[in-house]
Amino acid sequence: MKTIYILWLRQLKRYFRSKSRIIGSLGQPLLFLLAMGFGFGPVFKRAGQGNYMEFLAPGIIGMSIIFTSIFSGMEIIWDRQFGFLKETLVAPVSRMNIMIGRTLGGATVATLQGIIVLLIALAPGFRPANWALVPVAIIAMAITALLFTALGTAIASLLSDMQGFQLIMNFLVMPLFFLSGALFPLQGVPGAIAAIARFNPLSYGVDALRGLLTNSSHYGLLPDFGVLVAVTLLFLFAGSYFFSRVEA
Amino acid sequence: MASIIEVRDLTRKFGDFLAVDHISFDVAPGEIFAFLGPNGAGKSTTIKMLTTMLHPTSGHMLLNGFDPTKDAKQVRRSFGIVFQDPSLDDELTARENMELHGVLYDVPRKTRRERTEELLKYVELWDRRDHIVKQFSGGMKRRLEIARGLLHHPKVFFLDEPTLGLDPQTRNHVWTYIQELNRSEGITVFFTTHYMDEAERIARRISIIDYGKIIATGSPPELLSRTGKTSLEEAFLALTGKTIREEEGSSLDRMRMHGRARMGGRR
Repeated sequence: MKTIYILWLRQLKRYFRSKSRIIGSLGQPLLFLLAMGFGFGPVFKRAGQGNYMEFLAPGIIGMSIIFTSIFSGMEIIWDRQFGFLKETLVAPVSRMNIMIGRTLGGATVATLQGIIVLLIALAPGFRPANWALVPVAIIAMAITALLFTALGTAIASLLSDMQGFQLIMNFLVMPLFFLSGALFPLQGVPGAIAAIARFNPLSYGVDALRGLLTNSSHYGLLPDFGVLVAVTLLFLFAGSYFFSRVEA
Repeated sequence: MASIIEVRDLTRKFGDFLAVDHISFDVAPGEIFAFLGPNGAGKSTTIKMLTTMLHPTSGHMLLNGFDPTKDAKQVRRSFGIVFQDPSLDDELTARENMELHGVLYDVPRKTRRERTEELLKYVELWDRRDHIVKQFSGGMKRRLEIARGLLHHPKVFFLDEPTLGLDPQTRNHVWTYIQELNRSEGITVFFTTHYMDEAERIARRISIIDYGKIIATGSPPELLSRTGKTSLEEAFLALTGKTIREEEGSSLDRMRMHGRARMGGRR
């Protein structure tokens, strides 16, 4: 228990100490919100889909969560490169606890990031439909964050250096983001896209946020949460399995 | 007295390459023992096996009476280690690094605080306790790693090339700390080096290892008289030959990296 806590605390300290990382990772969502929100807003409205900013904001929150989570999970590679991983691997604690502490820490950081993006989105005019549901939306953010941090941990456990990082960004994280319904409604998209989105866990994360923040859900809140929880458990299991096989 | 480290026929293969080839040795409690050998001789691989980081292909080991392949947790509680490469968290302060270590090793809070103060004062870093490690020099990081490795009162202290890349002043300091600890706390010290003078000056007994095999073991004077040389450097060259091993060491490292990438970090 103490092991989990101290490793969780470590992730948070590292986050709050890297100011440039916080600012850098908030610039991108802000740019997306402004450029796409205002840029596509008129077209979206003319197509009879309503307010695009309202539609887009949950998607950008999801984007910021998936980027931060996978990045946090993959910090293991950094720790390997800078040697700190060995310090934890020769300590008399179980790999499982190390993995859980790190993953919870990364997920907490990603959830904070999601909350900050939600606050930022208020500036260009986004308003939650019901403020009372915002705490539930934060729970959805936390589950999504946990899911992708665990995925990042699993992937990082299989890679030996940062060379694979770009590959993961371009062939996993970007497609997950762009094919999730974060940017466009899934109603009426070509069958292939709809099918891919259906197998993309981020779709359910974004959809749950949309349901809770703007009262419009594609899959329905219950399926959203069901899929999120199930996939999170699966990835946590995979993450701890692969991490248990990491050699120092 | 029973040995605190007992190794019999220990072997480790990487593919077809025999990194450690049926080595056997004993280390007595309270002893300062050194592994001396060229690059890629198998020093680090042996330490990795003793410290539960790597499974042996065959052979037996006991550390403080526990088997690293079976009682990993007890073994891990029994030793402290300073790795060849840095292993601190650069974003944390010196004290936070100590604190984290103490929690991982389940040292009670009060002992943790007291011992941290005592050790940081000992390695002359107490004034810098709240500085981020990133700002430390190489020598300061090394000293912090030594303090950290001792926090949980280990029985055996492993140091893998602890003075590599340090200036002579820091090197001298590092050895003074370690010798004093050996005297005052009776801690067993196991280090690897390829600085002859360090091995000769510090170690009570030395094993010379090359191509994964132990070629000779003995006190520095014994090794000299066995080879009929006047300095350990000459004795070492007489025993291991004069071929340069730089290439081999690095190609082995490359192979390990490949192996790890290919096998996906499998044991």
